Amino acid sequence: MSFIAIADRDQEHVLHEPQSFIRKYVWSQDHKVIAIQYAAVAISIGVLAVVMSMMMRLQLGFPDTFSLIEPERYYQFITMHGMIMVIYLLTALFLGGFGNLLIPLMCGARDMVFPYMNMLSFWVYLLAVLVLLAGLFAPGGPTGAGWTLYPPQSVLPGTPGATWGVILMLVSLAIFIVAFTMGGLNYVTTVLQARCSGMTLMRMPLSVWGIFTASVLGLLAFPALFVSAIMMLLDNVVGTSFFMPAIVSLGEQTNYSGGSPLLFQHLFWFFGHPEVYIVALPAFGVVSDLLSTHARKNIFGYRMMVWAILAIGCLSFVVWAHHMYISGMNPYFGFFFATTTLIIAVPTAIKVYNWILTIWRGDVHLTTPMLFAIGFIFTFINGGLTGLFLGNVTVDVPLSGTYFVVAHFHMVMGVSPVLVVFGAIYHWYPKVTGRMLNETLGKAHFWITFLGAYAIFLPMHYLGIMGVPRRYYAYPESIDFIPASAAELNQWISVAAMIVAAAQLLFLFNVFWSLRHGAPSGPNPWRATTLEWQTPDTPPKHGNWGKQLPVVHRWAYDYNVPGAAEDFIPQNAPPMEDAPKGRDHGVKA
Amino acid sequence: MSLTAAYIALATGVLVWALLVSRLRVRPWEARPVPVAASEPHVPSAKVGLWVFLAVITSLFALFISAYYMRMGHGHGPTHDWSPIAEPRVLWLNSALLILASLAMQWAKASVQRADLRSTRDGLLLGGLLTLAFLGGQLHAWRELGQTDFFTPQNPALAFFYVLTVVHGAHLLGGLYVWTRTVARSARSNTEAIDVRMSVELCTVYWHYLLFVWLVLFALLLST
Repeated sequence: MSFIAIADRDQEHVLHEPQSFIRKYVWSQDHKVIAIQYAAVAISIGVLAVVMSMMMRLQLGFPDTFSLIEPERYYQFITMHGMIMVIYLLTALFLGGFGNLLIPLMCGARDMVFPYMNMLSFWVYLLAVLVLLAGLFAPGGPTGAGWTLYPPQSVLPGTPGATWGVILMLVSLAIFIVAFTMGGLNYVTTVLQARCSGMTLMRMPLSVWGIFTASVLGLLAFPALFVSAIMMLLDNVVGTSFFMPAIVSLGEQTNYSGGSPLLFQHLFWFFGHPEVYIVALPAFGVVSDLLSTHARKNIFGYRMMVWAILAIGCLSFVVWAHHMYISGMNPYFGFFFATTTLIIAVPTAIKVYNWILTIWRGDVHLTTPMLFAIGFIFTFINGGLTGLFLGNVTVDVPLSGTYFVVAHFHMVMGVSPVLVVFGAIYHWYPKVTGRMLNETLGKAHFWITFLGAYAIFLPMHYLGIMGVPRRYYAYPESIDFIPASAAELNQWISVAAMIVAAAQLLFLFNVFWSLRHGAPSGPNPWRATTLEWQTPDTPPKHGNWGKQLPVVHRWAYDYNVPGAAEDFIPQNAPPMEDAPKGRDHGVKA
Repeated sequence: MSLTAAYIALATGVLVWALLVSRLRVRPWEARPVPVAASEPHVPSAKVGLWVFLAVITSLFALFISAYYMRMGHGHGPTHDWSPIAEPRVLWLNSALLILASLAMQWAKASVQRADLRSTRDGLLLGGLLTLAFLGGQLHAWRELGQTDFFTPQNPALAFFYVLTVVHGAHLLGGLYVWTRTVARSARSNTEAIDVRMSVELCTVYWHYLLFVWLVLFALLLST
């Protein structure tokens, strides 16, 4: 029967392993293959977004040098770069990629509970990506309305790609949301239903908690983007006036009547702010596991970490209008949202303290994943602190249109999650391939990326405080208030950005080279406790666990337990005979 | 209006928190015996999946309704362009049809629980046909509105009428896809009631929920 949980079908999966190449690697229903498919597509499209950001940096650092980067192209690069990075790369990679790989493995399940829908989710996602890319070849090119697609300018003829570009973008987003909903239903239901015996909710690794909560957020928040995409499509194609006000465009009165551009902003940010946490919560979870494993120490304040994840998830729905302080909405609204924004800093700060206390006096191994995890803490604190400025209405008003915002969100939402993505790939690559990534290349990759990111984004804060406006294609000398040093700073940023981008080739080379030439990893190279490292085969075979599902006896963070033979006890290890009652948290009894 | 949405979200969060709090107070680092039966799902996964999906649908329609109210209140004087429309009278008939469809599905569910495959099939068929009749009625309403004088895409009330009813209809079509598969399976000669029981139960829940959504939408359209 279809409703028997996959976890209970002990023998069935082993028997039903698909044999043909197509069923195994293309139309695959195996969560591990789907994870790799998701990750491969997401990273490929991400490379395109990096190339676009390089084009922007070339223009900003060396204006009037590259004639092929026209103003229209520049705006199209901005739009596509933002949309791809936030949605098609980070969301897809964290949930479709890591979610698919880690949820069944860490929960001790054979697969997702709805494998067919899981497969469908990937292929629909691929369709969304293809529709998005079709925008590049459409007449007029992709939309150049900025990644927020604010009306009215996204629909009006003065904007690049205002016809086909924006239509394809909105259609692609709608398709993506369908794909995400199918995936998200799977992630949530699998966590609720298919955990193996003994894996209580409070024994789940924080990675699973982060991905689970992010999936719930996505399921409830993406409909807002869906609603706005549909209504904007109708404004564009049919001529309705949901968002489009009565407006004169290029000297001509348009047919639109009194629509509300502000309504679009409300809908967009009702999705947009949870989206920040859809990306951040999996990163929080993963980084907690990386820190604990590589510091050989139990996570500090596990329960508080779980509560903080849930609290952040709930609060993320009541802060959206802090993106709209200067939109012309009722100013009293702003104060409500400034308050909720500052409240959300509390659980976030709890998490940061707990990460630091986890590595405090731990047996820290500075492996590549650990370096990325520690780099994340620095960058996230940095981005969080500038968030305090922008969360306050009075400070945000002068800063909102400047590079300060660009610097802030790239630190907090660009660099931070990407550092976790890299750390996670270095960490779990051995489980996926059975081989280690090269550590020397990995460390070089880390240091160039980490220091380079600061070389790029720290100066942007100064540009912002100087008042250099964002979204500008060029800064001619006739703009008096921008000093000449801003141009030099822009050159510096561009050069640093090129170096960081080039360093990513090291990473890609490492990933492909190690597939064949990496040192064999064995089943558990990091001596980690969580279930995915205890599979009978590495890489795990179809059905993950051989004939017998694992049974979990403990939480995921038993490192350096007093009295234990090794410095880690896997979650599925049976209880010790003379186990001390409870953990003593480092305090000698 | 957005504040209302914010408070609803906050209240939901508090509720979930209250439901979870006993589980979240466990101290996982303490050694305790394995509750072996704990992971056996009490509720079938398909049912949980459906309920999660219903939460997504709720979010979708709540946001549409939120947008409806915000757009309605937008603008003053000459920029206020919301002109209410007269809803086609056929919507009353349609609502009755959808209520009957829901009742028929309920009958099918009761029959399948009694293992009475024959009346299950009858109930299913009746429910699906009534739903098709509902969609036909909606089509009629769209055409009727299309022929009135105030038909213009610029009128937000009219545009919202089409968007809300089309999105609701699209969800019913999705349900009818599952319904078709269930009917086909129930028509096979070797099928027993237990083989379609889950599908029938899930369809019934989905139908009731979409009926609820429709009644909310209908009330919204009538009242504005």
